[in-house]
Amino acid sequence: MSTTQKITLAKGLNMGLRKAMEDDDKVLLMGEDVGKLGGVFRITDGLQKDFGEDRVIDSPLAESGIVGTAVGMALRGYRPVVEIQFDGFVYPAYDQIVCQVAKYTYRSQGKVKMPIVIRIPFGGGIGAVEHHSESPEAQFAHTPGLKVVACSNPVDGYWMIQQAIAHDDPVIFLEPKRQYHADKAELDDSATPEPLFTSRVVRAGSDATVLAYGPTVKTALKCAEAAESEGRSLEVIDLRTLSPLDMAPVYESVRRTGRCVVTHEAHVNLGMGAELAARVTEECFYSLEAPVLRVGAFDTPYPPSRIEEEYLPDLDRVLDAVDRSFAY
Amino acid sequence: MSDPVSFGPDLADVFGPSQSDGGPDLVQLLTPEGERVHHPEFDHDFSAEELRGLYRDMVLTRRIDVEATALQRHGELGIWAQLLGQEAAQIGAGRALRPQDYVFPTYREHGVAYCKGVDPLRLLGLFRGVDQGGWDPNENNFGLYTIVIGAQTLHATGYAMGMQRDGVVGTGDPERDSAVIAHFGDGASSQGDVNEAFIFAASYNAPVVFFCQNNQWAISEPIERQTRIPLYQRALGFGFPGIRVDGNDVLATYAVTKAALQRAREGNGPSFVEAYTYRMGAHTTTDDPTRYRLNDELEHWKLKDPIERLKVYLRRNGLVDQEFFDDLDAEAKEMGHHLREGCKALPDPKPLDQFGYVFSEMTDEIAAQRDEFAAYLASFEGSHS
Repeated sequence: MSTTQKITLAKGLNMGLRKAMEDDDKVLLMGEDVGKLGGVFRITDGLQKDFGEDRVIDSPLAESGIVGTAVGMALRGYRPVVEIQFDGFVYPAYDQIVCQVAKYTYRSQGKVKMPIVIRIPFGGGIGAVEHHSESPEAQFAHTPGLKVVACSNPVDGYWMIQQAIAHDDPVIFLEPKRQYHADKAELDDSATPEPLFTSRVVRAGSDATVLAYGPTVKTALKCAEAAESEGRSLEVIDLRTLSPLDMAPVYESVRRTGRCVVTHEAHVNLGMGAELAARVTEECFYSLEAPVLRVGAFDTPYPPSRIEEEYLPDLDRVLDAVDRSFAY
Repeated sequence: MSDPVSFGPDLADVFGPSQSDGGPDLVQLLTPEGERVHHPEFDHDFSAEELRGLYRDMVLTRRIDVEATALQRHGELGIWAQLLGQEAAQIGAGRALRPQDYVFPTYREHGVAYCKGVDPLRLLGLFRGVDQGGWDPNENNFGLYTIVIGAQTLHATGYAMGMQRDGVVGTGDPERDSAVIAHFGDGASSQGDVNEAFIFAASYNAPVVFFCQNNQWAISEPIERQTRIPLYQRALGFGFPGIRVDGNDVLATYAVTKAALQRAREGNGPSFVEAYTYRMGAHTTTDDPTRYRLNDELEHWKLKDPIERLKVYLRRNGLVDQEFFDDLDAEAKEMGHHLREGCKALPDPKPLDQFGYVFSEMTDEIAAQRDEFAAYLASFEGSHS
């Protein structure tokens, strides 16, 4: 029986995790404070109560331990879903993710699968202290053997987490933490979701293409609204998958618009935008009216939160880049 | 100047007397001179057949190591991690395992691999550069070799947590109850992952035996650089027992590991076994131990050779005859032949093989790179160099 309800991203993820655990008893959740507390963002709220301590596991405070034991559980046939409490805390687990999780299938010539989901709340804008607002996606998208996705809205949160858990390869699952409790959207749980590793046009337009993912999708959509009042039609694409990239909708769009702006919260230098710009340039060279422009964080550490809005890409900075694109 | 303030107990009192030669807590069942001694806690009534079997395993393991070292010298392997001197530690641990137990090795567990039924030839692929672990971990319950030291101890702990969830711990059914053994060395004991594995295993009471071959050297770093207390005493701080066993004594290593595994299978949680041994060879074939350790030390440990002491015991007690040694010699020669000929016949991977198995299914991105590279390679076909 299908139901329709208005949910937040936090609720969507929570419902998606619950559904995945109901569908497959090999799915285990593990992380810091994910049990009784339901996670510091309450994403796993109520799951330990309903599925027990063996399936929703409160871990010692050691990120490498969390990911490293997940490797062993995966080898034993489980599908661990681990929560890294904040983006900036993922680095103690970096070796396990990059050297172990990412390579086991390759090293074993496909004999071993690593169906592990590593959930990471990412991005800024919540007024947090340092190490709580980072965007480390390029570090993982750069690593062969990992898949990296980012959800941007409640409905995607519900479907994408289930798809990531059902997938046989390791998935870095990025959740824009400032969106957790922000906007509600209508979920129809009888709908058929798009495949996980696909990007999606979220607003059609004809004059320029704006590429975004995670928290900047909302920024890009606002930007398109503002541009419309100035007579410019922006097409917004929610990339959703960062590795592998789904470039076909991007190429199709840029060939029509001739202009492309990429925005993300991560640093610009060697970020996703650099890869996207390179690929768009290689494939759409003769359609481009202007170089692909990037709007992201400066190449500085994340600043004190009182000035984070001056650091993160916002409506005006993205619009400014659109203006510059039209100036060519 | 005031007297130094007392801060806790005198560590020399806590940790006991000198630890040279393993110290007073070393569990031993067979002395370096081949004398059978008994231990009140860890003992086993070995049959003549078991003793001959352990001897045979050690001899064949040494042969694997000697052949592989020679293959490296002949340019057939890029590198080899030698186990010379650690045969008893590995065979003792390996023979204590049951088929349902799972092993997480370092890159030096050739003897344990052999015990688990992995064809030693499969081990050579990694060192020859034709693969990165040519065996199926789940076929023999023997994980892939792990180069980043200590990382596998967490995998072992997670695997053991999986066993708990599968209901194969503490059921009382010997065919069903299972445990995991995590191998690592004295150097890896300094790694964060190993310490995290101890904490996770203790916290969840996971059925895992942490089996540390303390071979005294981490390339050029002596054990004193890794620890100020005997390693086995560390375990207590994590909340589980630690035992030091003479790692050159195959009987004691077998008995202690067997007890540790049984404890884990019964649901009584993790334990730590420090096999006190010595790396008689180099770290790998690229290492030169003469730069950092004295020959006297090596000569001292040669007197404790794990194979020699069992040979003395077997002979003295009339448990073997010349035919046994002749047969074993023939078997070792056959093993050598198998490795030499097999190694040279291991097929090189093809250039396009590097694109396979990054994921469970090839992505379009990687397929495109493969196709582009294939076309590039094909562009040379028919051209003359």
